[in-house]
Amino acid sequence: MEIFVDVVLLSMLVATAVALILVRGLMASIMLTSIYGLLSASFFVTMDAVDVAFTEAAVGAGVAPLLLLMTVALVGRREERTVSRHALVPLLLVTMTGALLIVGTLDMPPFGSADAPANQHVSPRYLQHTEAEIGIPNVVTAVLASYRAYDTLGEALVIFTAGVAVILILVPGDGRGTAQATLPDPISGDRQGIVHVVSKILIPFVLLFALYVQFHGDYGPGGGFQAGVIFASAFILYGLLCGLPAVVRVIPPTVVEVLAALGVLLYAVTGVLSLLGGKNFLDYSVLASDPVTGQHIGIIVIELGVGICVASVIIRIYYAFAAHLDRQRV
Amino acid sequence: MDILSYFNYWVVMALMMLGFYIVIARGNLVKKLIGLNIFQTSVFILYISAGNVYDGAAPILAEGVEAYSNPLPHVLILTAIVVGIATTSVGLALVMRIYESYGTVEESEILEQDEAC
Amino acid sequence: MSTALHLISDAFLLAGSFLLLTGALGFLRFPDVFSRIHACGVTETLATSLILLALIMKSESAMPQVKLLMILLFLMFSSPTAGHALAKAAWNAGVRPRDNRNERGIPVPPDNL
Repeated sequence: MEIFVDVVLLSMLVATAVALILVRGLMASIMLTSIYGLLSASFFVTMDAVDVAFTEAAVGAGVAPLLLLMTVALVGRREERTVSRHALVPLLLVTMTGALLIVGTLDMPPFGSADAPANQHVSPRYLQHTEAEIGIPNVVTAVLASYRAYDTLGEALVIFTAGVAVILILVPGDGRGTAQATLPDPISGDRQGIVHVVSKILIPFVLLFALYVQFHGDYGPGGGFQAGVIFASAFILYGLLCGLPAVVRVIPPTVVEVLAALGVLLYAVTGVLSLLGGKNFLDYSVLASDPVTGQHIGIIVIELGVGICVASVIIRIYYAFAAHLDRQRV
Repeated sequence: MDILSYFNYWVVMALMMLGFYIVIARGNLVKKLIGLNIFQTSVFILYISAGNVYDGAAPILAEGVEAYSNPLPHVLILTAIVVGIATTSVGLALVMRIYESYGTVEESEILEQDEAC
Repeated sequence: MSTALHLISDAFLLAGSFLLLTGALGFLRFPDVFSRIHACGVTETLATSLILLALIMKSESAMPQVKLLMILLFLMFSSPTAGHALAKAAWNAGVRPRDNRNERGIPVPPDNL
């Protein structure tokens, strides 16, 4: 039965990808991308990858189409037909590479086998020892935040670097940033319309849900990344409704930038504290008298750091995109 | 059961090639980024499928569960999704600046303007 | 009692699935934007509510029931608003409902409605 759901979801994914090739026009392509993200998230749920599904739904069906829409609002939704002299070369290249890759997959272990090499060595060790060494039920969070915490520090730094890069590319250096963005009327025009009222009712609950996901990540699906994205999307919703100057009044861009840096700093300082305690970098067992409690404290603190960093970076990227859009339109 | 044991991987290869085709055969820069997104997601599907265990549960420790799906690919793909959105946002920022400088986001027109200089 | 509950929840699941299919069919076959929005509105509000109610009836412990109830509440807020936002955006962009009988003098609503 599960195989049936698996096959149907994957077929719909292939159909969406084929539609993306055939469709001309960027607005439709963006909607198809959002559908693609949602289908991927459903597929990940079928594969028991609940944390991954959470993140893919938030990012692939939420933030990515949003940024794409803001870009298309600037560049226009027309997509020209490519008149290429060598129209067949890409097709040939793609077919050959695809055939070679399929031949390569024939060596892989059958789907779902418990004794595949991917499921040996390290993963059973994590599954067996998480209860005793770290003491939280969500093994993915345990691995992400404790066993492989160094990689997660790198990931937080990557998202921070992306925020810095977007600021460098889009924000003019002469102080003409978001504060001076003069905005024409927001899209709906009337202040007390249905969308405004319902969104203003829902935004506090979205923020509350983000906090829940942040701190419940130890016990169920969730964690810093998902919580950061959900937190940022509440502010982005407010910005889309009431205009950029309104949301900039709530959190100024400078504060957002400082928060992003503080998030990464929080993460790194926890690691340094472990060094000062005499153990390895990011070994949380020295943070409290009992190693398991130390692990709990360490995981909560670094997930908080990651959440703050991700939320701030996504909000700042939204500010940069929106301000650039307004400057170009005006 | 033979085809079904490889179906996931073949779909991954198909998606990968479809995304690759969009990147090389379409001239609009935003469309190329969308194709890149499809390529990335196909790799995620590959890893998550490789980590799935038949009759396993989600890797959240609970009473009475015998087999769990492999948690390690989930961790890797969680990182990969976040890195993917980071690179997509930088790519889109670059597209916006290219539009500001060239007035177009079609690859052929950009190359024409470059050669005319 | 429990078999009656299971039967009712199965009926709700079937009804929800049927509405999903007809909603998708309507989306493909309806002639203009506003009727398509109506078809999708039925799908995203009524069909999902029926399916969620069926799942609430099928759940065993209280925790999944409470979570599903909260999802249902959120969906009741967000789905109609999404349909309204779509229709309003289409109207503000200048799209008007397709009317094949304009020669009979059916008045088109004024633009500032």
